[in-house]
Amino acid sequence: MDEQQIERYSRHIILKEVGGKGQQKLFDGRVLIIGAGGLGAPIALYLAAAGVGTIGIADADDVDLSNLQRQVIHFTPDIGKPKVESAREKMEAINPDVKVVTYQEWISAANINRIIADYDFIIDGTDNFAAKFLINDACVLAGKPYSHGGILQFDGQTITVKPKESACYRCIFPEPPPKDAIPTCSQAGVIGVLPGVIGTIQATEAIKFLLGKGDLLTDRLLTYSALRIKFREVPLKRRATCPVCGDNPTITEAKDELDALTVCDLKER
Amino acid sequence: MKISINGKETVIAENPERTVDSLLEELDVSQRLYVTVELNGEILDRPEYETTPVNEGDVIEFLYFMGGGA
Repeated sequence: MDEQQIERYSRHIILKEVGGKGQQKLFDGRVLIIGAGGLGAPIALYLAAAGVGTIGIADADDVDLSNLQRQVIHFTPDIGKPKVESAREKMEAINPDVKVVTYQEWISAANINRIIADYDFIIDGTDNFAAKFLINDACVLAGKPYSHGGILQFDGQTITVKPKESACYRCIFPEPPPKDAIPTCSQAGVIGVLPGVIGTIQATEAIKFLLGKGDLLTDRLLTYSALRIKFREVPLKRRATCPVCGDNPTITEAKDELDALTVCDLKER
Repeated sequence: MKISINGKETVIAENPERTVDSLLEELDVSQRLYVTVELNGEILDRPEYETTPVNEGDVIEFLYFMGGGA
């Protein structure tokens, strides 16, 4: 580290859990963020600021005016620009030390294995069940630890998955809800600060994973109610009958959940 | 009888016939067809909902789909 870097990361370096060695682990770390939206925005900003050396970011979308109420990495002049480019500019502006790799594409069974292969830790910041199940399956099958996040209206939930060691998303939800079974998010809304809370927790998990410090959010689903400012933890266990990480898996390769391609589904209350 | 639902102590009428499935209907639980039920620390497979009785002191968690992120 040069003098500038020592100064930049000084608040990290004085932490005994980080220190110079830990900061080096962050430099050497490779984290992939799938989705450059509500969750992806704070994740990308904080990981860049923290000095995570290589950050991949995947999203096929362009910035839209309706994104700006919560996707804090995108600014008004970015409207119409690819989200991954808009995100890259801010991440590099925060921290030129960081290498940002952009994937301007939707993830699918056809490309996910290639994309996740280069990373140590994956973060799901997507807004649909097809992607969430695909990420779970691909990460479990490839043995890649990852953070799941989901938000809606005033509620969010997140869990970290260590494949074959801790409960995965399909241990909780064996299959996606049928398409259109549940109304969509653009109808249901989301309070703008919510992805900031959940995304920041997901970024924390990536950083702790790279540092090898603390306890990851495994085998417990953290739920958050913004209306009540209540966090709850639901203890979970891996399930022997899980279709992907159980004893007799029926899913042995990443596949697209074609019945679940509805964007951003609703938890009805 | 008393049970715990998502961390809240809840009083429900005695009913020896009650199953997890009928409890979902009784409480008008949201996402009833898709909700995951964890009973005393074990996630139930969906076919078990209809055969699993609800007993005094059970700790039940309803886990809901949350698909948003963007």
